[in-house]
Amino acid sequence: MIAKRHRLLTVILLWFPPMVFLLLFYFYPLGSILHLSLARSQDGWASAFLEAFKSPIPMRAVGFTLWQAVLSTLLTLALGLPGAYLLAHYNFRGKSLLQALTGIPFLMPTLVVAAAFNALLGSNGWVNLGLMSLFDLQSPPIQFNQTFTAILVAHVFYNTTIVLRLVGDFWSHLDPRLSQAARMLGANRWQALRLVTFPILAPAIAAAALLVFIFDFTSFGVILVLGGPHFATLEVEIYYQTISLFNLPMASVLSMLQLACTLGLTIIYTRLARRVTMPLTLKPRAFTQHRLTTWRNRLMAGSIISMLMILLILPLAALALRSVTRLEPNRGQHVVTSPGFTLDYYHELGVNRRQSLFYAPPSTAIGISLGYALATTLLALALGFPAAWALARDSDSPINHILDPILMLPLGTSAVTLGLGFIVALDKPPLNLRASWMLIPLAHTLVAFPFVVRSLAPALRSIRPRIRQAAIVLGASPLKVFFNVDLPLIGRAVLVAATFAFTISLGEFGATSLIARPEYPTVPIAIYRFISQPGALNYGQALALSTILMLIASIGMLTIERLRFADVGEF
Amino acid sequence: MNKKNLPLLLILFIIVSACGQAGSQPTNTPTGPRTLTVMTHDSFAVSDSVVTAFESANNVKVQFIASGDAGTALNKAILSKDNPIADVFYGVDNTFLSRALSENIFEPYNSPLLADIPDQFKLDPQNRALPVDYGDVCLNYDIPYFTDHNLQPPQNLEDLLKPEYKGLLVVENPAASSPGLAFLLATIGHFGADHYLDFWRGLVANNVEVVNDWETAYYTEFSRWGGTRPIVVSYGSSPPFEVIYAQQPIDKPLTAVITSDGSCFRQIEFVGILRGTKNLDLAEKWVDFMLSTTFQEDMPLQMFVFPVIPNAKLNDTFMRFMAVPEHPAYVSPDDIAANREAWINAWTETVLR
Repeated sequence: MIAKRHRLLTVILLWFPPMVFLLLFYFYPLGSILHLSLARSQDGWASAFLEAFKSPIPMRAVGFTLWQAVLSTLLTLALGLPGAYLLAHYNFRGKSLLQALTGIPFLMPTLVVAAAFNALLGSNGWVNLGLMSLFDLQSPPIQFNQTFTAILVAHVFYNTTIVLRLVGDFWSHLDPRLSQAARMLGANRWQALRLVTFPILAPAIAAAALLVFIFDFTSFGVILVLGGPHFATLEVEIYYQTISLFNLPMASVLSMLQLACTLGLTIIYTRLARRVTMPLTLKPRAFTQHRLTTWRNRLMAGSIISMLMILLILPLAALALRSVTRLEPNRGQHVVTSPGFTLDYYHELGVNRRQSLFYAPPSTAIGISLGYALATTLLALALGFPAAWALARDSDSPINHILDPILMLPLGTSAVTLGLGFIVALDKPPLNLRASWMLIPLAHTLVAFPFVVRSLAPALRSIRPRIRQAAIVLGASPLKVFFNVDLPLIGRAVLVAATFAFTISLGEFGATSLIARPEYPTVPIAIYRFISQPGALNYGQALALSTILMLIASIGMLTIERLRFADVGEF
Repeated sequence: MNKKNLPLLLILFIIVSACGQAGSQPTNTPTGPRTLTVMTHDSFAVSDSVVTAFESANNVKVQFIASGDAGTALNKAILSKDNPIADVFYGVDNTFLSRALSENIFEPYNSPLLADIPDQFKLDPQNRALPVDYGDVCLNYDIPYFTDHNLQPPQNLEDLLKPEYKGLLVVENPAASSPGLAFLLATIGHFGADHYLDFWRGLVANNVEVVNDWETAYYTEFSRWGGTRPIVVSYGSSPPFEVIYAQQPIDKPLTAVITSDGSCFRQIEFVGILRGTKNLDLAEKWVDFMLSTTFQEDMPLQMFVFPVIPNAKLNDTFMRFMAVPEHPAYVSPDDIAANREAWINAWTETVLR
């Protein structure tokens, strides 16, 4: 009895910090803006809903949003799972570089990604030009921009890294003897995968699928830029209703609809996850990973790596290449310029040509971005750790049943709505943050926090209680148990969580643009400033700065990958 | 135990430091400089020296808050009107003006400098919103494309319906983009509210492409930058940009602007003092400053817009390649206020569905 009450108390204590954070910086702003918006409806709340559902917009938006999210998630899993298998089971040269590079799409600004895809697949892109000259065609055979395909491809491009990291990490710790035993007992490769490995992996796959789905479900930039005006997800529709039409009641109804979908989905997920999670003996990577020895393995690895390269890295390479190419018109007959290599755009980044007050040299923008990313990583880990621990500690606790799905809500929330919520709610001391830089890492943490919890919880859950109990019986203090048992076992997951938080913050644009101080732009903000003005130098500088962002991100991810503490690297 | 407290401490730390900062920000201590907060959109730019001059002349620190695109920034100002986030708001244009005025976010201010500004720019008789600059949204075209194809560039909006221009035009969605909305208003001003949709049906039949944002239209679809469409809705100031920001010096732009009567729409941007400001005197000084020659002459090369005061001296390159339509399409502010949403919705139904 006492033990039970003690456990409950621990769970409550663990929940306290993350819940205070969510209450202050999520529920309070969101509640304020929804209340204010619905109050603008002429005859009160109910009429706002009635009005909204009289229009075809909500149902049309929900239908399309779900449809594209389901398809995108399936495609992302189709590419991500083989990739995760490869990264979990084999050691090969350049592996951590591959892993870091596949994480970069996640933080690239949409406008720049659109430019990269256009260089490859646009009407005047390399693929179309190649096909046209190869088959002597008059018009480009592939229509990519502003299509449904573009949306799907971009979603796979952005989110495959979630599957690679979450599933790949978990898979790399599975005891290979489990499936070996199944093979010995007569199961074929496929049966072993289906009956042994897959059920054990299910929680990690489900967690990755959920995050990918929510990202696709709330997709904004990809739909707006690559999909075009013929496609509107809920998030895009909320933007139109808020900004262009100023129909705030409609926008809040749509926001709530989007939240309800996220919540429903997360509840289903948490139910499923509880049913499928089981304690495991996690193994160090050295135990589970092999070199690529047979030609069959090499062929398999080669094809998976090429798929990842083509879909995730080729567009980035196109971008980097364009940033050092003279961007003169394709048919530049009228100006005599030699196409070729140039570093002009990089040089220009250091020039304050307009003597502008808001000019920031690239080093400043990088410093600001890294500062926010560091703050976000620390804050998200500090909040995510207790939450994940509470979840793992006592999976039957009713508190966990209720709070677990709520953690995911910030990801499913409309950025426009929440951004305005900050302005409305956080306007009085002691929380007058409207013009403060602190709002930026706080907003980034809201997005990063669910990722941290989702990265940590499966690993924490899978620790056998017996190991911990053994340590306690042997006289270890709770703190010692944590540092000597828990932390080494979940070390990899902590690194995955940190990487997510870091990249989320580094690439975030929407919330940052709402609250940024113009003298202190982050790298994505600076990129946007360039690309929103005509002229070769402006466009070139946007590409150059994007390339720098890729470099910084890769270095950051490789550094996190190499962090070693408490045997973390072993696992 | 320590481990558990760490996050809590972090939060406390944040809250406490937030309080500290919140408390220290709007201080009006008589000794140090006061702070004037100016809220604006993310295209705002100004020379360092110009702001410094204002700051030292008035013993004030000007803090700018950028708040997303023009529409988003305005929404922020409206939603925080009970407790304004700034003293001054700059960047509401004539397509959004009615929203700002009907929400009553601005304090009237009869600046003495209004006397120098031509009446055509003063759209608010009560002077709650004061005009600062203007620019034209016009069709731009890719000059080499038309020479290569032995084709005359279109001369006006009607030409766009001709078969030789089929599939050559890309425009922005008026529900998502400010130049997109301006071009829609140009067609309404030119063809009339009863006939503009016929024109758009014709454009759809002639294979117009609609994208959501200026960036995609200009850098992805426009043939100057690797797309396939040589006519794009952009600004009258785009060609000077192309020259000033050319990678290698060029003496004339490769793009040109169609300025025939009624084919452009003039965007006028306004500044206003936010109702409830505690720094009214400074706010008025800042508004006067924005209308003064110093600021007005700085604007063109910062934001590529025209000053509203007629005697401002302008940069040569800017003037040489700047296209200015003599008679842009006109839609009265009252009409825009009354029909803005309805026009956008009707356009969406006609063109996109």
